[in-house]
Amino acid sequence: MPEAATTPAMAEVLSVGKESVAGCRARVAHNVLNQVVLPGEELVLPEHEDVDGLGGAGEQPLRLNSGARPRLRVVCGPGLRRCGDRLLVTKCGRLRHKEPGGGGGGVYWVDSQQKRYVPVKGDHVIGIVIAKSGDIFKVDVGGSEPASLSYLAFEGATKRNRPNVQVGDLIYGQCVVANKDMEPEMVCIDSCGRANGMGVIGQDGLLFKVTLGLIRKLLAPDCEIVQELGKLYPLEIVFGMNGRIWVKAKTIQQTLILANVLEACEHMTTDQRKQIFARLAES
Amino acid sequence: MASERKTKLSKNLLRMKFMQRGLDSETKKQLEEEEKKMISDEHWYLDLPEFKEKESFIIEQQSFSLCEDLLYGRMSFRGFNPEVEKLMLQMNSKNKAVAEEEETVEVDVSDEEMARRYETLKRDRANYEEDENGNIKPIKT
Repeated sequence: MPEAATTPAMAEVLSVGKESVAGCRARVAHNVLNQVVLPGEELVLPEHEDVDGLGGAGEQPLRLNSGARPRLRVVCGPGLRRCGDRLLVTKCGRLRHKEPGGGGGGVYWVDSQQKRYVPVKGDHVIGIVIAKSGDIFKVDVGGSEPASLSYLAFEGATKRNRPNVQVGDLIYGQCVVANKDMEPEMVCIDSCGRANGMGVIGQDGLLFKVTLGLIRKLLAPDCEIVQELGKLYPLEIVFGMNGRIWVKAKTIQQTLILANVLEACEHMTTDQRKQIFARLAES
Repeated sequence: MASERKTKLSKNLLRMKFMQRGLDSETKKQLEEEEKKMISDEHWYLDLPEFKEKESFIIEQQSFSLCEDLLYGRMSFRGFNPEVEKLMLQMNSKNKAVAEEEETVEVDVSDEEMARRYETLKRDRANYEEDENGNIKPIKT
């Protein structure tokens, strides 16, 4: 969980900085899990430990197949880049690892915090329609360029049966093309042609922006914040991975309360949050 | 003049759908495997072992959905939007990949009754045979 920068974390960061500058040696990824990493650090993957340690021994174990080392497919996620056989850190944050379900290796990524969204393929985002030109809509998803959305990418849309989308509407869709060389594209259907909840988001409600880390925290399977909110009053929420949240409740006051609580819960401790919820439940 | 050897059917003809219906599954599988081998032999690939060594085994992915199991982004509580609540159940169970116990299909007629019914309906094979067109005719005794 991304924590606010407090003194212990700062001390940790300073010690990490000193170590990596003085040592100039890559650390083994396994030993650094859940610790703060800084951009520019190189991480060595666990299999290669043997190769590094052999230098001192003088004896080399017999290798059955010369040169061919057993390799597991490792996925380097956000915040990491491939650099030869090692991982290069590009964002500051905590290093996380997930064990593989099946197949080899695992996933390493950096749990960082940022407000600016960069479109990523496969992300579900909330976009605002800003222009309609011919057969495509231009949708602002918070990135450097507006994404394009074809009018055929809605469930049940044909050339004659066009979807009812106006400029200024909110769209919940998925990015299918998102790289640094092309303009992003999004769609509102999945690969089978079904909507699965994507499309135009209904009337009323309130759209507001939060940090990307908060969205991931709220969408974690064991997050209690959203469950507790749901017990207060009937409401509907849509989370976009681009940092946008849309909420709707029965009255304007309830909607505004929801928005304020969600924006503030990033910097609250669990006890403060429980106090606030208790007060809200009373009123 | 009557030809003494049987007319050999070409391979393409044998591969047509109507010729395959008569084959049993084993021959069908063999034919499929042969076809696959032929097709994969035609594919070109790089046969450079040094290249394979240098091929990196690290894959770069910028998406968080692989890393963390995130819930579905649309949520509704206390019946505000019933369709979204249905969707929530559907998508989240897909994510968790919970192997829901297969509910036994409720049947109107039990299995034993079906077996008894079939016994009475079953024709006695000794009295019937198929002619060249596939029609079932009784053997004239």
